Amino acid sequence: MTDADLIVLDQVNKRYGDLHVLRNVSLRVRRGEVVVIIGPSGAGKSTLCRAINRLETIDSGTITVDGTPLPEEGRALARLRAEVGMVFQSFNLFAHKTVLDNVVLGQVHVLGKPRAAAEATARALLERVGIGAQAAKFPAQLSGGQQQRVAIARALAMEPKVILFDEPTSALDPEMVNEVLDVMTSLAREGMTMVVVTHEMGFARRAADRVVFMADGEIVEQAGPETFFGSPSSQRAQSFLDKILIH
Amino acid sequence: MEALLFERDTILAAFWMTVRLTAVSALGSLVLGTLLAAMRVAPLTTLRGAANVYVTVARNTPLTLVLLFTGLGIGANLGLTLSDDLATNNFWLACIGLTAYTAAFVCEALRSGLNTVPVGQAEAARSLGLGFVKTLALITLPQAFRAVVAPLGSIMIALTKNTTIALVVGVSEASVRMREMIETYGDQVIEIFLGFAAGFVLLCLPMGLLFGWLSRRMAVSR
Repeated sequence: MTDADLIVLDQVNKRYGDLHVLRNVSLRVRRGEVVVIIGPSGAGKSTLCRAINRLETIDSGTITVDGTPLPEEGRALARLRAEVGMVFQSFNLFAHKTVLDNVVLGQVHVLGKPRAAAEATARALLERVGIGAQAAKFPAQLSGGQQQRVAIARALAMEPKVILFDEPTSALDPEMVNEVLDVMTSLAREGMTMVVVTHEMGFARRAADRVVFMADGEIVEQAGPETFFGSPSSQRAQSFLDKILIH
Repeated sequence: MEALLFERDTILAAFWMTVRLTAVSALGSLVLGTLLAAMRVAPLTTLRGAANVYVTVARNTPLTLVLLFTGLGIGANLGLTLSDDLATNNFWLACIGLTAYTAAFVCEALRSGLNTVPVGQAEAARSLGLGFVKTLALITLPQAFRAVVAPLGSIMIALTKNTTIALVVGVSEASVRMREMIETYGDQVIEIFLGFAAGFVLLCLPMGLLFGWLSRRMAVSR
């Protein structure tokens, strides 16, 4: 491993009973790199993404984040999670807190920032993702696209080393997908390290440094977006792309 | 009727005792019940087991037995003295018994409330780096409370009426005063019954309205 590697997965395996959801998965993500994971449903993409901050445990193999192997439950794990942002498919904004408080909470209760400073940061981040005017509302009063942008702001507020996106646009109405992807694209341009599980091929082409194709719990191939979308080397990737790109 | 008017000061004093028993035990059972609910979802098996045993025992024991146990067992036999004044000592013993009993019901209401909070809420909290206790205290329990305001109200109303059993540890609350009055004013039994029943309705009705209003006001929209 070199200093440039921020996340290293080595021979990771996970089973749900008879189902082998991750098979010998090895993956390196460099600092500042945007890795987009694509593949058919049930390929293990989300499980892989969630395993990186231990929302899913693994059966064997190792996962290292910035040189530290993933700790077991407890304080050390919480500390690591504070450095790894997560954006969920279903947003998961805290339903009983205002938009502003959603972004403030982690800064105050995890990072120990004074509330005034945390609010200033939160307002700036909400402004950046284009929802500064909604700060006082509750999540349920926002559209899906707006909620997901708050979720991104909430992750950014922790100044994470990397942000994991677990199908961030899959629960959105079509007209709201782009507002979220635009925020993600600008993050990618600014050099944020990102691991993105998505079905948005346009985003993968535009923003990915590397595309990782998974099927049946394995990484089948990985390449830069031009190479991958232009001439995938595996039969499975080829047939997957044929199914989704021809309309 | 004249008995109720004639004795209104002693009646009010007795109801004041009912109110105090209710208030102290409500507070105590909310605190203990929350703690038990937290234990029941804790990642440690021993904590979960302990809370489980407690709830099972407290919930399945008649309140009369619980209060006799606190009065005779803990108070008289083990000699726990909370005050040199006998009446005050009995009051606190009754509060302990009522709290211990009611907390089991509060715990179960809260636990069902926790089940209404989507898993994603806790996952998002843990992803931010919040530990088990903070996730519970800041994210899941506040939402669970809001979901079970109405059933908590029913538990508190039941508690109010359950305070009448404090008579077994010698606390002179409303029902004790009622018995004494029935003995003194044997010709006005019906009026006395109705008067005291009305007193309890006056205590419980606003509680029901309050909790109903709170549950609508505090509901979390998703």
